[in-house]
Amino acid sequence: MATKTGPVEKMERVETGTAVAARAALTARPIGLIVLAVVLAVSVSLPFFMSGFRLFQFTQVLIYAIALLGLNMLTGYNGQFSLGHGAFYGIGAYTTAIMIDRWDIGYGWTIIAAGILCLIVGFLFGRPALRLEGLYLALATFSLALAVPQILKYFEHWTGGSQGIVLSKPKAPFGLHLTEDQWLYYLTLGVAILLFGLAWNLLRGRVGRAIVAIRDNHIAAEAMGIDNSLYKSVVFGVSAAYTGIAGALSAIAIAFVAPDSFNVFLSITLLTGIVIGGFATISGAIYGALFIQFVPNWAQDISKAAPWAIFGIFLIVFMYVMPRGIAGFLHLLWIRLTTPAVPREQGR
Amino acid sequence: MDIFIQQVVSGLATGGIYASLALALVMIYQATDVVNFAQGEMAMFSTYLAWSMLQAGLPYWVTFLATVAIAFVGGLMIERIVIRPVENAPILTIVIVTLGLLVIFNSVAGWIYSYIQKPFPSPFPAKPIRIGNIVFGAHDLGAIGITLLVLMLLFAFFRFTTLGLAMRAAAQNPVSSRLCGIRVSWMLALGWGLAAAFGAIAGMMVAPVVFLDPNMMGGIQLYAFAAATVGGFSSPQGAVIGGLLVGVTENLVGTYVSFIGTELKLTVALAMIIIVLLVKPTGLFGRTVVRRV
Repeated sequence: MATKTGPVEKMERVETGTAVAARAALTARPIGLIVLAVVLAVSVSLPFFMSGFRLFQFTQVLIYAIALLGLNMLTGYNGQFSLGHGAFYGIGAYTTAIMIDRWDIGYGWTIIAAGILCLIVGFLFGRPALRLEGLYLALATFSLALAVPQILKYFEHWTGGSQGIVLSKPKAPFGLHLTEDQWLYYLTLGVAILLFGLAWNLLRGRVGRAIVAIRDNHIAAEAMGIDNSLYKSVVFGVSAAYTGIAGALSAIAIAFVAPDSFNVFLSITLLTGIVIGGFATISGAIYGALFIQFVPNWAQDISKAAPWAIFGIFLIVFMYVMPRGIAGFLHLLWIRLTTPAVPREQGR
Repeated sequence: MDIFIQQVVSGLATGGIYASLALALVMIYQATDVVNFAQGEMAMFSTYLAWSMLQAGLPYWVTFLATVAIAFVGGLMIERIVIRPVENAPILTIVIVTLGLLVIFNSVAGWIYSYIQKPFPSPFPAKPIRIGNIVFGAHDLGAIGITLLVLMLLFAFFRFTTLGLAMRAAAQNPVSSRLCGIRVSWMLALGWGLAAAFGAIAGMMVAPVVFLDPNMMGGIQLYAFAAATVGGFSSPQGAVIGGLLVGVTENLVGTYVSFIGTELKLTVALAMIIIVLLVKPTGLFGRTVVRRV
């Protein structure tokens, strides 16, 4: 059933999607720039308005945003399921923790190393995963997510077993008058801006179109001369690298890693983030990150179990009413507001 | 040799549990092309309901039947209410919905029953059964027996009843079945109900071994995935054989391969899934699906 209706739906979606995007791009350009400038200004000045724990929470939002962007490249843009990105997040975090703790390497380098390692691991995992379509890939990655905490505990010599590794928060360099939290925030913000810029650049051009083309119709893409297997495994690698860098940053920011924080629920959290934020959107990563950071916090007041119940309900409800997430909803709203004469089926 | 046989038998016992859950997965997959990621959590929740009934003082077998019945109705309702609106949506959508169910069941169970482990009684005598030098747990043997019994009932249902035939037809060719007057959509719901009932049995059989807690099914579900993958997602017999194979392999590898022990058991399942998917993605008994481009 699904295979019969699938392609038709997709084609419609692409047509209206591109038409809408093209029209929106014309009107949205100046306003988009203004919004971007405001967001940047707010995020740069944030440490002057808040401090301590609250600022740490926003650091965590940025970290999640990077991870979500990585996952969204793979699942949203390229159409490959991953229910196991928590694994790459964990690999990144442990790379950093082990390098700092055991080898005393500067944390800046460890972030790069985590990115490169995850790029390689992701590429290697993506290679065999090429042969797995849809559901099977979901299964394989889901099993990866289930198995990771155990693997981390097993290599006790490196990972410190279930005790994990305790790190210390880095001080601001170059004699800057910043607290540790402020410095961490700016470091994360810098990395996030860099990675978002790179992703935007990658996805808007030829490569981005190829990635989306593979998602929408891989046979047609192949016929157009796109090397499906190369693109798919490279996207897997890049996506893992983003998530790994996020993991590395989280290890530095939290100053602690333990195997059980990288369980299957982390992977589901990340998936929730891109569902809520919006598939195949860059801005969605930020909405999703805000959601997965703050909603559980509020829900925790109700009960220890409540955050997950709320995640679950949001996952299902979003699939029914807002399948393209907050970003898709805002986009739609924007189009409704700016172009009053949109025919019904295009506005959808 | 004694150790070997003993490990094989206890492997078959856990394998039987994996087989029930794998069978549940396969049933839903066959009927709807969906893998239900919440299968394990639904089973866990049913087991908690059974625990509540036992606490209320109901006898074991009454509880057993009541739980299976409740799980059946529950599964049916979940299909009607939650899954049906996205029936024709892309696979990713349905996967996400079942993941949503997974976290909801997990957290609601934690909310109601707390995360503290609870002992769950076994209906079989605690006294082990001795044959020569080999000791069998009575629960292990009982679990194998129940699994086999359920399998036979299921086989009979699908093979000899009109309803079973209708369900198979609905899964195989929905359009023609509808033309024959079969209510295809309801057959899918029935499939969900049966799968949930199976899960409940698996949950009640495994709870005495691993203790009852909201996360008890995590590892078991992974093994059920492995079992379904090994046997092939399109083959119920395959799921059963796959389950037994996975159970025995898990035990033997744990016993004889020293660096794996009990600590890397989940990784063994992961490796099995990935190897099977790479070498023979349809599994041992699955049929290759040929699709028109």
